[in-house]
Amino acid sequence: MNIVVLSGKGGTGKTLASTNLAKYMNANYIDGDVEEPNGFIFLKPIIKEMIEVIVKIPSIDKDKCKKCFKCAEFCRFNALAKTNDKVLVFDKLCHSCEGCKIVCEFGAIEYIDKKVGIIEKGKSNDIKCSRGLLNIGEPMAVPVIKELLKNLDEEINIIDSSPGTSCNVVNILEHADIAILVTEPTNFGLHDLDRAVKLIRKFNIPFGVVINRVTEKENIISKYCIENKIEILMQIDYDREIAIMYSKGELIINKEKYLNIFKELSINIKEKLL
Amino acid sequence: MKISVLSGKGGTGKTTIAVGIANTIEGSIKTDCDVDAANMHLFYKGEQINSEEFYSGEKAYIDIDKCIKCGICEENCKFNAIKNNKIDLLKCEGCGVCSLVCKSNAIILSKNKVANIFEYKLEDGYLIKADMEIGADGSGRLITKLRENTKKYGDINIIDGSPGIGCSVIASVTGIDIALIVTEPTLSGLDDLKRILELTKTFNVLSLVCINKYDINLDMSQKIEKYCIENNIQVISKIPYDNFVLKSINELKPITLYKDSEAGKKVKEISEKILGIYQDIKTKK
Repeated sequence: MNIVVLSGKGGTGKTLASTNLAKYMNANYIDGDVEEPNGFIFLKPIIKEMIEVIVKIPSIDKDKCKKCFKCAEFCRFNALAKTNDKVLVFDKLCHSCEGCKIVCEFGAIEYIDKKVGIIEKGKSNDIKCSRGLLNIGEPMAVPVIKELLKNLDEEINIIDSSPGTSCNVVNILEHADIAILVTEPTNFGLHDLDRAVKLIRKFNIPFGVVINRVTEKENIISKYCIENKIEILMQIDYDREIAIMYSKGELIINKEKYLNIFKELSINIKEKLL
Repeated sequence: MKISVLSGKGGTGKTTIAVGIANTIEGSIKTDCDVDAANMHLFYKGEQINSEEFYSGEKAYIDIDKCIKCGICEENCKFNAIKNNKIDLLKCEGCGVCSLVCKSNAIILSKNKVANIFEYKLEDGYLIKADMEIGADGSGRLITKLRENTKKYGDINIIDGSPGIGCSVIASVTGIDIALIVTEPTLSGLDDLKRILELTKTFNVLSLVCINKYDINLDMSQKIEKYCIENNIQVISKIPYDNFVLKSINELKPITLYKDSEAGKKVKEISEKILGIYQDIKTKK
């Protein structure tokens, strides 16, 4: 079963919630925020395996190319450009659809491997951990996300998502059986939560909200959740000590008084979402 | 002058600082390039002077009457976007391969709406933002378009960027003068800062670092400063934790308007420093 933790707004506590929850539930932890993954800072797994993420990009055989430029005309991503004497390949724009290879009548296009990122797998005590890392300068994170989420275990997987509501998040939600939205009781948190809720509703999966950094139990997010009939799974109080532990890369469930937060959260997930 | 406020890590205070700077620099154009979680506009009431629909790329559609259900489209789609002769629009990247291989001309590609763009005249300056379709792709191209649209309003452009290092951020870094990178004194903040700095370096953009809420963890702040010094990057400001920031977000008023706010004072200082640095760059050029 895959539990996706997402947020809309960045920095609301996705990684705090997912690493501590994974530890509490003894579940696998997968860091899907491949642009800026932070979960390993907290779980500190010993890395056992590294896999390169490869995408296919076109390579043009100059001898076979008859300069008909059908490939460049076909490519909707402008990854192939027509110049006076040859076809230029802009590999960062390529989506690896392989359409150019199909339209080429002369067999001049071959697909070659290009590295765009890396997958790391390891263990933190009993917890299986994995993450993806997008190479810096590569614009497209989706191939790394797809590779990371291929062949997930049957057990409980907690997937820490990237912020936002764009294609990265869509490709993570593809794998979700249930989702947890982490937000904060501010105007920013509310605005971005609403977008994330609209996205999740497209997937028809059960979901609930965790409100982080709460100073009053009745707040703009709790009001929104009640109005929109969304389950509130947990409210985590604003606490400077949590912020300090987080800043040092410590799991907060190592402290007795915070253990209950995740105990209650896991009970609520089971009772309200499963 | 084009300044992007970026961070790598989310939630470090980009929007608070971007709005504060934009409010200090007269006549600035506020461009919200965090297109899938845009918050900058919440601070402003202005007169809408332009709106347009933005299309980018295409999506495939199957004409059921023509489809002979041969399955060749599904075989050739690299994005698993076709199942049982139906297209999953969230997965379709609009490459056109299905339409190319279809022998019965049953698949057409139609342009894909990514966002509505809105432009406002404010009491001071302009604001440009987009309402992106939920789950849409093409944020990089949308940001490029937003930035193009700002040109008609002038040259002082304060860009509120998105977290991460992917296409949205790349589109917010291309062709700017200064990247102001907002980080926080946490291990996550430092890790993410390193990655965004590597990115801005490849674009040869002057990067300045601001450590927000620096007093939450003084040790970490020191580590960040040390890292910046070693890599020849200027730490332009250290902003203390300040309850006025939350007040500013809840009241939707720029932090620089709170006279007693320490963070507000720092943001004003940053604006002045940036103007000075920009003048230096210009004279050197």
